[in-house]
Amino acid sequence: MIPVLAARPPSWSGFGIDGNWDVVWYYTVAHLRITALALALGAAVAFPLGLAGYRWRRSYPGILGVTNVLYTIPSLSLLVLLGLGFGLGLLNDRPLIVALAIYTLAILVRNLVEGLRGVPDSVKDAAAGVGYTPRRSLLAIELPLAVPAIMAGFRVAAVSTISLVSVGGVLGRGGLGFLFFEGFRRNRTSEIIAGIVASVLLAVVVDIALVLTRRVLTPWTPARAGRR
Amino acid sequence: MTAPPAATADPPAGDVAIRLERLTKTYPGASRPAVDGLDLTITRGELVALVGPSGCGKTTTLKMINRLIEPTSGTVWVDGVDIRTRPTHELRRGIGYVIQQAGLFPHRTVGDNIATVPKLLGWDRGRIAARVDELADLLRLDRGLLGRYPAALSGGQQQRVGVARALAADPPVLLMDEPYSAVDPIVRAQLQDELLTLQREVHKTIVFVTHDIDEAIKLANRIAILNVGGILEQLDSPAEMLRAPRNDFVADFLGDDRGIKRLSLMTVEDASLSKGPVVAESTTAADARDAMAALGYDWVAVCDGDDRLRGWIGAAELDGADTVGELTPKPFRAVVTADTNLKAALDGIVSSQTRVAMVVDADGRYLGMLTVDDLAEGIVA
Repeated sequence: MIPVLAARPPSWSGFGIDGNWDVVWYYTVAHLRITALALALGAAVAFPLGLAGYRWRRSYPGILGVTNVLYTIPSLSLLVLLGLGFGLGLLNDRPLIVALAIYTLAILVRNLVEGLRGVPDSVKDAAAGVGYTPRRSLLAIELPLAVPAIMAGFRVAAVSTISLVSVGGVLGRGGLGFLFFEGFRRNRTSEIIAGIVASVLLAVVVDIALVLTRRVLTPWTPARAGRR
Repeated sequence: MTAPPAATADPPAGDVAIRLERLTKTYPGASRPAVDGLDLTITRGELVALVGPSGCGKTTTLKMINRLIEPTSGTVWVDGVDIRTRPTHELRRGIGYVIQQAGLFPHRTVGDNIATVPKLLGWDRGRIAARVDELADLLRLDRGLLGRYPAALSGGQQQRVGVARALAADPPVLLMDEPYSAVDPIVRAQLQDELLTLQREVHKTIVFVTHDIDEAIKLANRIAILNVGGILEQLDSPAEMLRAPRNDFVADFLGDDRGIKRLSLMTVEDASLSKGPVVAESTTAADARDAMAALGYDWVAVCDGDDRLRGWIGAAELDGADTVGELTPKPFRAVVTADTNLKAALDGIVSSQTRVAMVVDADGRYLGMLTVDDLAEGIVA
């Protein structure tokens, strides 16, 4: 899932796109890698938080409040705070990945909880009534039925993460964002355009991939509807 | 056990399947109990309907039997075992549970839904597959539906799947919570008939919650009418309850057409028949007039040489005829047999010109006739 990068980044030469496709590809892969790691980290944190918010109703407003507050921190401040304040360093991808993961929490936690709460009471009642233990009911009945909502959250989180990765370009990181910033600095329009087009394409491709994944995971839902 | 549904006058004797003892539930924050000291004994193989207005605690009572709701006090015994002594999930796997709108798992195929409890019990694949096929046949579900998802099924089919799922591990007890309230009246009547047929085959002990007294009368061996607060007002067979409601609440709940409802529980066999003005085709017109006059009718029924009912002839038509056989009799509107229910017979009587229902045997031979008076006697008796 997580792309591996070549050891040394190729650098842009000349003013046109010709001969620079390898550069665009390199930073696209770097962009995807940061996105995937941030989403994975976000999901790993959001999952237990969401389950806790579902299981203990009274904890949910607090959990949601914290994730919402985190979401409002300006991205550059968060990057610097994580890089310097938490010792993750500024010249690697780690502060960026952690910052992006933090931003995904608000949407991922909310959609997980809403998805679980959206499972009809009659279904939960039936699951308990035929002899599912609460844990088995959660794993075998409630979570699978929450998949459409969970995946809807993933789509929003993925697309917003892809657009935010570029912020890292300020620090010389940030996947395709690097191309924007370098293009501006060196006054190379083709490099800027390549970065923009590639990041838009990446967002579209990832979104389509997530839609297809949801369809595979939820064969019971009508093919046309995004959510039941 | 072998008593046909809806026909037993007394609580059937037999071994006890479920016993509720001083069962009480007070919800947190409620000023009065939802169910208050309910005692109820349910015999193996009978269908008991819990009926009452909303707030009477009928669903609460049902859910205390499989511990979806824990009683505040009192005891539930299933098969002689205090249910608190068993782990809840094990208890529930041994009790079929059918709810409104079926409660099917939307992400599982029909076949997988039916296989739910056998899978939880760890049956092997072959046995599960065979059981699923068997249940599909029993519930008259096309096997082609087994691979579909519940959303593709009609309401009636979903409800059949719900019953199949509840029966899958062959539990002795079935709890049904307003199972048919979300389907249209025609399908509902069909599902009710199917349940009666099914019950004759499987002999489950069924506790059936409904707010529909007609459904209870149709399905139940005994009806428990509950009042607000879970007070048991009367527990009796439908016929007995309709005959002698214990108080005004029960009488009101049964409705102002109690007599008619009783008729629906009885068949022609239960009524005493009148002889009726009947003559053979060879009878002379004069004798036919005497036969009418003797019983006070202005028409006469005609039978052929084998006693088969041909129809009827009005007094005026006899003028100028020598024998009855010369005339063409008009067919009776209402011809019934011994197993016709009396409500249908009454309908025939009031919609026929002669104001009677003629009773014949399977071969069409005349047995007697029914009038409104005959039916009224049956109800009052």
